[in-house]
Amino acid sequence: MNTQTTIAGITFKNPVMTASGTFGSGMEYSEFVDLNQLGAVVTKGVANVPWPGNPTPRVAEVYGGMLNAIGLQNPGIDVLMERDIPFLKQFDTKIIVNVCGKTVEDYVEVVERLGEEPAVAMLEINVSCPNVKEGAIAFGQKADALFHITEEIKKRARQPVIMKLSPNVTDITEMARAAEAGGADALSMINTITGMKIDIHRRKFALANKTGGMSGPAIKPVAVRMVYQAAQTVKIPIIGMGGIASGEDAIEFILAGASAVSIGAMNFANPYTTAEVVRGIEEYMERYHVENLTDLIGAATA
Amino acid sequence: MKNHTDVLIFHTQICAGASQICLMADANLIFASAPSRKRSGMEIRMKQKQKAVVLSQREAAPQIYDMWIGTDLAAQAMPGQFLCIYPRDKSTLLPRPISICEVREDRKALRIVYRVAGRGTGEFSQYRAGDAIDIMGTLGNGFPLEEAAGRKAFLMGGGIGVPPVLQLAKELDGEKQIVVGYRDGHTFLREDLEKYGSVYIATEDGSAGTKGNVMDAIAENGLEADIIYACGPMPMLRAIKAYAAEHHIKAYISLEEHMACGVGACLGCVVKTRETDSHSHVNNARICTEGPVFEAGEVEI
Repeated sequence: MNTQTTIAGITFKNPVMTASGTFGSGMEYSEFVDLNQLGAVVTKGVANVPWPGNPTPRVAEVYGGMLNAIGLQNPGIDVLMERDIPFLKQFDTKIIVNVCGKTVEDYVEVVERLGEEPAVAMLEINVSCPNVKEGAIAFGQKADALFHITEEIKKRARQPVIMKLSPNVTDITEMARAAEAGGADALSMINTITGMKIDIHRRKFALANKTGGMSGPAIKPVAVRMVYQAAQTVKIPIIGMGGIASGEDAIEFILAGASAVSIGAMNFANPYTTAEVVRGIEEYMERYHVENLTDLIGAATA
Repeated sequence: MKNHTDVLIFHTQICAGASQICLMADANLIFASAPSRKRSGMEIRMKQKQKAVVLSQREAAPQIYDMWIGTDLAAQAMPGQFLCIYPRDKSTLLPRPISICEVREDRKALRIVYRVAGRGTGEFSQYRAGDAIDIMGTLGNGFPLEEAAGRKAFLMGGGIGVPPVLQLAKELDGEKQIVVGYRDGHTFLREDLEKYGSVYIATEDGSAGTKGNVMDAIAENGLEADIIYACGPMPMLRAIKAYAAEHHIKAYISLEEHMACGVGACLGCVVKTRETDSHSHVNNARICTEGPVFEAGEVEI
């Protein structure tokens, strides 16, 4: 049985990754999960300088999921390079760094710094965070802006580039095409869906930011649909995510067209989720006598 | 703002009166940022999520439940630390952070006293002896006991922030004045606390002790201290911070905030800090990991 998957020429031991922002830089969850078991660790988004993020409350639970409006708090690229990358290098897993910024120049600055670090296998560009006022989402909701930033980043990036797409758009295929046309090596989707919760007893918004990004099992059908639509539209590989809680959920994304999957909010519900998904995928492959995981990619039929 | 929702549970049951919430929050910085902790010469163990067993449960006051859990995590539990408890109901994604109230003498069981604030804690309140319970722990830094050496201390709790004061009172050396506030005459844990120090009660409705809050109880009884340990709702903690500054003493306060992961990864439960901290490199410390206990002068609340 071969669980390997290849994206932009990089081969991963299995298709299980961590969704940016839910796993820090791996240190916190390394107490629960052997990071060597994972296909890749995708870090929390990092900017050129430290960002303080949003006021609290930053998180709220909703039925079958949660809202967050962390606002991309991060310690900046210097700390990532000096502390987090050396930590992750101890493990036999691929390192994917998620990059955020307010301007194209911000993104490019981080991308160039990461080019100095060969241990970083790929870059994931966050143009889809719904919780910051400037930058980020502004690039992810207009096809021409997405095309432009993808092109600028690709000019400077030494590693393959994944563009992380927002579901908060009218037509996901238009965005997928724009990223591919800009030179993206892969897509990851979906980022969180913009939501809101109101505490009716206090008559206050549950989040200081009022709106937040929804994640968790409740969004999975939306994510599967979008991965399928994008996979039907572009040739570049897709990393699928959105409420994955089990090996079965991961297989569903792969059958929809994903070459790999990421575990996000479910890490909070169960810190062992990533390892359990790896095992669940293997059990599925055994049960159905699947020789190569790649045989399952986009294999769903009407 | 006492817990109208469970999520509040998250944050509040770590400490205070507010709610019990926490999306829990944040992780293992044991090696990065948490002060090294030892108990009886044994280095603290890693955090663990495990299936534990409910030993007993009773309603201690309206909507306040008192549960003993059989778990080997008790061996490493420190006063002021908390557990994350995972509801079985899959519609509730996040663990509920709840403070540790007491550690059994043989260190094989933990007691929690929590308020029912929503679906998650509502589920927990239905558990009976012998039921399984999913817990993660032990989390957070706990109260710095050594700071009390040779000092006269206030141990203060408000509402659902009272429970962690019990184990603190058991383990802290020195002269202890335990000042606890409640909404009404349901003064849960009062008898337990009286075994470990002189107890002063405040109730909002005046049905027991001083009418008013814990600060009123201090004034009415003419109490003084050289150091404060406290857990309770934010208005109480703000008053304590001001009192400590005015009297030039240290106050270690246990904060609460909505949490998601509980282990330091999600950055949901931060508090603004005076200094830039070594993890975030901005003025935000993680309540679940660098806290929940902070020296009042270090945080902006």
